[in-house]
Order: sequence, then structure tokens, then C-alpha cells
Amino acid sequence: MERLLTNIDAYISKRQKVHVPILRVWSSDIPHPQEEYLDCLWAQIKKMRMDKWQERQIVRPYLAFDNILCEALQHNLPPYNAPPHTDDSAYPMPTVVFRMFDYTDAPEGPVMPGHHSVDRYLIEENLRRIIDTYAVDRKECAAQLLNYPFKNKIPLNYHIVEVVYGQLFQLPFAPHVDVFYTTLLIELCKLQPSSLPQVLAQATEMLYERIDTMNISCVDRFVNWFSHHLSNFQFRWSWDDWVPCVELDSSLYKPKFVQEVLGKCVRLSYHQRIVETVPDAYGPLLPHEPNHVYKYEQEGAGSLPGTVAAHQLIASIKAKAEPEELMNILKDLPNPKKDDDGEAAFNPLKIDVFVQTVLHLGCKSFSHAFSALAKFHGIFRELAEEEEAQIHILRTMYDVWKKHPQMMFVLVDKMLRTQIVNCSAVANWLFSHDMSQDFTRLYVWEIMHSTIRKMNKHVDKVQKELGDAQQKTEKSGDKSGSEDEMQDMDRVDEEEIERLQERLESAQSEQKKLFLVIFQRFIMVLTEHLGRCETSGKDFNTAWYRYSIERLQQIFLQHHSTVTKYLDTLENLLFTSDTDAHILQVFQQFCALRA
Amino acid sequence: MPIRDPAKELGAYRDQHYKGSRTDQERHLLESTTLYVGNLSFYTTEEQIYELFGKCGDIKRIIMGLDKMQRTPCGFCFVEYYTRADAENCMRYTTGTRLDDRIIRCDWDAGFKEGRQYGRGKSGGQVRDEYRKDYDPGRGGYGKITAKQYNPLGPMLMSKGPGPSGPR
Repeated sequence: MERLLTNIDAYISKRQKVHVPILRVWSSDIPHPQEEYLDCLWAQIKKMRMDKWQERQIVRPYLAFDNILCEALQHNLPPYNAPPHTDDSAYPMPTVVFRMFDYTDAPEGPVMPGHHSVDRYLIEENLRRIIDTYAVDRKECAAQLLNYPFKNKIPLNYHIVEVVYGQLFQLPFAPHVDVFYTTLLIELCKLQPSSLPQVLAQATEMLYERIDTMNISCVDRFVNWFSHHLSNFQFRWSWDDWVPCVELDSSLYKPKFVQEVLGKCVRLSYHQRIVETVPDAYGPLLPHEPNHVYKYEQEGAGSLPGTVAAHQLIASIKAKAEPEELMNILKDLPNPKKDDDGEAAFNPLKIDVFVQTVLHLGCKSFSHAFSALAKFHGIFRELAEEEEAQIHILRTMYDVWKKHPQMMFVLVDKMLRTQIVNCSAVANWLFSHDMSQDFTRLYVWEIMHSTIRKMNKHVDKVQKELGDAQQKTEKSGDKSGSEDEMQDMDRVDEEEIERLQERLESAQSEQKKLFLVIFQRFIMVLTEHLGRCETSGKDFNTAWYRYSIERLQQIFLQHHSTVTKYLDTLENLLFTSDTDAHILQVFQQFCALRA
Repeated sequence: MPIRDPAKELGAYRDQHYKGSRTDQERHLLESTTLYVGNLSFYTTEEQIYELFGKCGDIKRIIMGLDKMQRTPCGFCFVEYYTRADAENCMRYTTGTRLDDRIIRCDWDAGFKEGRQYGRGKSGGQVRDEYRKDYDPGRGGYGKITAKQYNPLGPMLMSKGPGPSGPR
């Protein structure tokens, strides 16, 4: 036993921990250290050893049967052999222990065990096990948590809230779907209305106070959880307490958090309701009323070069004209991009008039907008052959719907699925100069990640189809039949497999391109920022910089299994020794995760 | 005790207009990616439903339930997901929570068919809103037929003021 402990101790002190910063919920160790999980567990075990192996959190039902058991037949435990390491052994992702409370936070009643007490570990482990077991049934899960066997000996509500938040904020992913934690906390509040909501409010206040050092992925989840939670409780909150954040620099995390929360609250209810719920002082942080702007009917539109065509377009669409007629209206629009040689690949004015008008006509609801996209799909495709044109479609959509982020999100989703735009066009658009105003807005990153996810799902789907087809040919090879028949079938299958292989290759190259675009644009904007700060002698570590570098981390983390496939390419092309050390560090931390 | 999974259970309600046998219907329900959502406020919009239901996964489409006569929302909808797994999460984590301050209810649905977006009540809305005795400002006041029978003012009262989740 002694030797075992000495060996573990030596191992623990030798471990490389480059990966830790990328997994931390908070970058600061104040007020509570954010420890690597094995380091923490080892400290707890060492302390337990000093305390003569005492703990108070393991249920021992066998003590009640002592009389019977002491006379019972003894069984030998089978020997335990650790499974050997193979190349495809999957190891759990390392984690960082989430701590937000200590004994001073729960003022009355039983005392919370300290960070390095093994009791803390045991309570957390037990609560986590209850959560994992009952995750499909949120009501039962809440009931089981509140029925914890040692509930009277510990500040249970504090432990529960810490463990639930700990899972919700776990990086790279929460163990269960995010919305589960929202509904679990709602059930807990309903079951324990006299005490749990207060603890949750206290915890929320702490998260808000510590938001400046919170990882951006966790801030996103905090925004989504909090707004959704409020929507179940009539948006009641001590809003007055947060009014001071309105006075802060709007690029800082607190006002940004409140701004995003209010935006999400509006999406779950409606603009007027939220305006009437929060103090008037919140004005600058309130979202716009989610209306569209149709350029060709604004005051002064008469002088715009596309107005006549736009109005013709409206009349023709209302008269149910054929697509050719509509294209005819657009045909004569002058091309502002045309250079001296008369060579121009696409006409931005055509796109502007068409997209503005179609979105304007479909402005009544999502359904109206979707049917507009579907109805004019042919024209969209014709106008958007090349990527530059696709980016211009997205830019025009932004001009129309910039006050309605949710509309932009669903429109981009539909345009990707119907192949009006491709994934790299969306990424390039989000990084473009026109969008730099919104670069730190949540919706931009929701669109980015949703785009990447769609790309990844597409590759997975083609890969699976190919796998299925290959399996089928192998199977049919075993079957007996006349030779001619077999050859015929084989040929069909081979053609099918060839076709699928081609599709997979093109999907994979599109996927690779998407990641290259994203990482390259990241390196560009970050390098530019660092360079600008160096020449002007300013501190580079601004709120914008932290926000952006954490968004870069987020791309790595949320899509790690896909990014891993392109690691060599990334290392050779983008994250080279020429890249600034600050940016390179993110790449190295990511690589260390699986080392 | 086995762990109950609300996503694997079928509710008691069966669509009476389903074309096919009861077994077919139940098999359909067990494979479906579509949910029926009920007890919505008439004022709840498609956008809000996207926002809430999008938390469980990518939504393929939403079909708003409409009053047969007025063609206005009448308090239900169908939500279709791309995958069964997302729809199951929705059965676990959305049913019984609030939207526009109302506890909404989700049920498995065998899949949307044209015509099903309309209320099946005599007055055009849902059957449950015909004889309702309570005053529900989110769902047009009193039940339509109840209001006609018991209230000399008839439809006038029904169109009276919005409640907490009133019109925008």
C-alpha cells in the first residue's frame, strides 16, 4: 500500500498540465482554486490519509446486518487486472474541478466540507451519479437529489447547485444536453420553493460577479440557462441590482452578458414584455424591436439605383410572374463592380434588389421567409454561383434583418441546407469587415458553430452511406447466384461505391477548407490586433482580445474530434513558428488535451 | 426500480382521424420525429416556439395550428425535428415547462398531414376550447359555445382585453 501511494505521488507530481487552461471555467484562482481533477483527488486522498482514513459520506447498509454477516460464508474477491493499453483505447477527457462555494457561503446549518476533504469528493460523486442515473426523468432526478441520504448533515442545496452548475459548465461539453440542467433546476425550485431559489439566486449573483474571468463557452451557457430559467418564472429577477453595468464600457463582460440575456428573453417572449419588465435604465442594453428594414421603401429610396427594379419585382411577384420574367427585370441593372475590362463575375446590385425584395415580401414570419426562399430557390442558385456572390447574399440578408438575430440564424440554416450558400461563405461573411461590429455578439458564434456542425454531419452521413454500401457488396459477394447476375450486381455496386467515394472526398475537402478559413481568419484578426497594440504601445489584453482568443479555443474544443483529423495540415500551414506565440499557445493547449 | 423515461412512453391520447390500424399508429408514434404541442397561448408566435424547441435540437419545421374559420393561431402546433434523439429530448425536457407563462404539453405525433393544422371544433378552434368553463385570456376568453350559451353579450366578452400574455 505504501509503495502504491508513493508511486502515485511520483506520477502525479510528474504530470504535464499544458491542457489545464483550456478546460478551466474561470481563468482566476480567486476566490477558489480551479484544480485539475487528478491533482484535486490526490490532495483529498492525502488528506484522508492524514485523517486516519476517516470519511462520513459512504452509506454502509451492511452495518445493520452485522449479526448475520459475521457468521456468513466469506467469499474471495476475484483478482483485478487493468486492461492493457491498445492504440484504440479511449481515455476520458481530463477535467478541471468546478468550485464556487466554501463554508462561508452557506451561513446557517451544517458546514460544507473543505475543498481537499474527501467528503467533498464523495458528496459530489454521489450527486453526480444520481444526476447521470435519472437524467432522462428530470422530476425524479430532482426528487432523488433532494432525498440524498445524508441531507441533514450537509448544506445540500449548495452542494446540488454547485454540482449542477459544474456539469452545465463542464468543458468541452456538459455530460447531458444543456436544456436538461435548466429543467432540472426548475423542478428543484418547484420541489423546494422555500429554500432552493434563494441559493440559486445567490449562486447566479456570484457567477455574475465573477464573469470577467469566465470562459466564453460557459458565459454562453450561462446566458442560455438564465434567460430560459427566467422565462419560466415570469422574468422576475432583482434587475435593479445590475443597473450599474449599464455605465460600464459596453465591451466588458458584464454589460455584454446582460445584453445577451435580454436578447434571449425577448426571443422567448416578446419585445414589449421585456421592455416593461426591466428598469428603464437598461435602455442601451435592450435589443431593438426585431423588425426588418427594406431599403427600397425607406425615405430617400427614390435616388437608389435599384429602386425602380425593386418595385417592379414586387409587382411581378404579386402577379405571380414566372422566374424568367423576374430575372428579366434584374437583367438590365448596371453592375457597380464592373471594372474597365467589362469583366465582372457577379452583379451585387442584382443580388441586393432581389434578396432585399424577396425577404421583404416574406417578412411576416419564419414560415413566410422559408417559403420565399423555397419559391425562388432557382433564382437564388443562379445569382449565387460563386462564393463572393454568396457572401453578398448574406450581407444583404444582414442589411434587412440585422435587428432580428434569430431570423438571421434560421435563414442561414435554411440557405445552407438548400445549398444557396456554402459553409465557407458563411464563415468568410462572419469574419468580414461588415460584421466586425457584431463580432463579439453571441448570435454570430451560434451561426458559426451551427454551420460547422452541419458540415460535420454531412461528412459523417456520406461516410456512413459509403460504409453501408461497402458492407453490402461484401455480403452480396458471399451469396451464390448465376455468374452473369453477380457481375451485373457487382458493377452497379462498384459504380455506387465510386460515386460515394467521390462525394466523400469532396465533402471532406469542403470541411477542411472550412476549418482552414476559420483558423486563418482568426489568426489574421488576432495578429492585426496584437500588431496594432504593439505599435501604439497599448496593452493587448483587452476584453475584445480575451473574447476573441476564447472563441478560437471554443472552435477547437467544440469540434475537437474533427479538428484532430486536420491537425497536421493546421500545424504545417497555419500554426507555424511564424504565428504569434499567444495564438500558438491555444493550438498547443489543444494538442496537449489528447497527449 | 427501473428508471422511467418519458420519451419512451406514449401518452393516452390517440388521433381519432388517423388512417390505419391502432398498431400501425403506435408503431408510427414510436419512430416519429414529430411532436404535437398543446396548451399554447393564441398569442405565442412561431418564433418563440423555434427558440424554445430549438434548445433540444435542429428543427425541420413548425406547423402552427390555425382556427379553421379565422386562419389565426388557435393554441397548438406540430414541431418536427430532423432526428428522433432530439425529439426524445424534447419529450423529456420541454413538456411541462412554461412558454408565455403557460405550462405546455408535448405528445408524440404520427407525422403532419395537410389539413391537420386546422382546429377540429365546430367554431373553428380546438375542441377543448368549445365548452371550456374557465376564462382563459390566452385562449380567447371563455369557451366559444359556453360563451354563446351563458353570456348574453356573446362574442363581445370573448374579444375583451388581453391577459398577462396579451396581444402584441
